[in-house]
Amino acid sequence: MTRPSPPEPIPGTTIFDGAMAMKGYALNKMCYSFNEAENRKAFLADEDAYCARYGLNDAQKAAVKARNVLQLIAAGGNIYYLAKFAGIFGLNVQDVGAQQTGMSVEEFKAKLVAAGV
Amino acid sequence: MARIVGGITTSHIPAIGNAIAREMFEDPYWKPFFDAYPPVRAWLDEVKPDVAIVVYNDHGLNFFLDKMPTFSVGAAFEYQNKDEGWGLQPLPPYPGDPELSWHIINSLVAEDFDLCTCQEMAVDHGFTVPMSLLWPDRATMGGLRTIPLVVNTVQHPLPSPARCFKLGQALGRAVESFDKDLKVVVIGTGGLSHQLDGERAGFINKNFDLMCLEKIVDDPEALTRYSIHDLVRLAGAQGAELILWLVMRGALTGTVSKLHSNYHIPISNTGAGLLLLENAA
Repeated sequence: MTRPSPPEPIPGTTIFDGAMAMKGYALNKMCYSFNEAENRKAFLADEDAYCARYGLNDAQKAAVKARNVLQLIAAGGNIYYLAKFAGIFGLNVQDVGAQQTGMSVEEFKAKLVAAGV
Repeated sequence: MARIVGGITTSHIPAIGNAIAREMFEDPYWKPFFDAYPPVRAWLDEVKPDVAIVVYNDHGLNFFLDKMPTFSVGAAFEYQNKDEGWGLQPLPPYPGDPELSWHIINSLVAEDFDLCTCQEMAVDHGFTVPMSLLWPDRATMGGLRTIPLVVNTVQHPLPSPARCFKLGQALGRAVESFDKDLKVVVIGTGGLSHQLDGERAGFINKNFDLMCLEKIVDDPEALTRYSIHDLVRLAGAQGAELILWLVMRGALTGTVSKLHSNYHIPISNTGAGLLLLENAA
C-alpha cells in the first residue's frame, strides 16, 4: 500500500494530528476540565496538585508553570483547550497571539489591522 | 415538502459574544462589523424560516479528544449552552426539531455519511454567536427550531472540502425530501482566514478570503479542489473552518443568488465574512 507523501510543513504552524493528540492528551484533558468553574478554582488553589492529578509530564508541567503558549503547543497542547487555560488568567487570543509572536499586544493588534489595508 | 430557502455564512468569533453582551454596537472597532447584519435580519424577518440548521465546529465544550467524531448531528428537543471557561455567560437553551433531525440522519446514513448522533449536545460559541447575530432578540425568534451539525476541525485528519461539500448536497436532498411544509435556512459558521496558534498567529489572507466570498456563490466546486493542508497554508490553521461554509453551500441545490455580503478585518484575530444567499426553487 502506498501512502501520499507528507505535505510541505507550514512555518510557525503545528498540525494537531493523531501524534500530537496522543502526546498532549493529559494536558488537553486538564485544560478541558477548565470548562467548569470549580475546576478553575481548584487549579488556582493548588496548581501542582492539579497538574499531578491529570498526569502531566515534566515538559507539560514546566510549560504550564511558565504560562508559555509555544511550549504548551510543543508539549501537545491544542489551542482550543489552551484557550480555556489562558482564560483562567483573563488572557484572550490577542494576548496569546502577542506572546507567541514576541510582540506587545498593541503591536499584535496593529498587525491585524494592517492585514485589512 | 420542506424547502431550503437560503443559506447564511457568518464568522463565530467568541469576542463577538462579549461585544454583544457589552452592547458595543456603536463602538468604532465594532460598528463596521455589526452594521452589516441588519439586512440579513430583515430578510429573516420577511422569510420567517421554521428551522435553522447550524453548521459549526465544537471547540472543546461537547466533545473532547476521547471521542472525536468527524460529523455529528443533534437530535435533541433542546440544546444547552454552557460555560466554555473564558468568560462568556451561558445563554438560554435553543429548541430543537428531533423529527427533522432523525429524517436528516436517516437520509445521510443512507447516502453513506456515517454520523455521530447526539440526543444531548451542548452548543458552544460556534453555534450561539451566529444565532445571537441573526436573532438578537429571542422574542423575535418565534417558533424557530434549530439543528446543530458539527464538523471536526480540532484534530486532524479533518474531512476534506470536497467531502464537506458533498455532505451539504446530501443534507439538501435530505431536507427537501421531508414530508412537511417547512422553511429551512442553513447557516455555515466560522472563518474566514485566521490562525490562533504558533509563531504564525495573527495570519490573515485578505485576497484569499475575498476570492472565497466570490467563488462560494457561483463556483463552489473551485473551493472543493483545495486540500485541508492548502486551507491551513492559505487561510491559517483555523481558516480551515471554510469547510463549514462548504457544507452550507452544498445544501443549496436550487438557483442561488447573493442578496448581501460583507467582509471586515480584523475582528479579534480574524477576517470576518458575512454572506446571505437565496436558494430559489
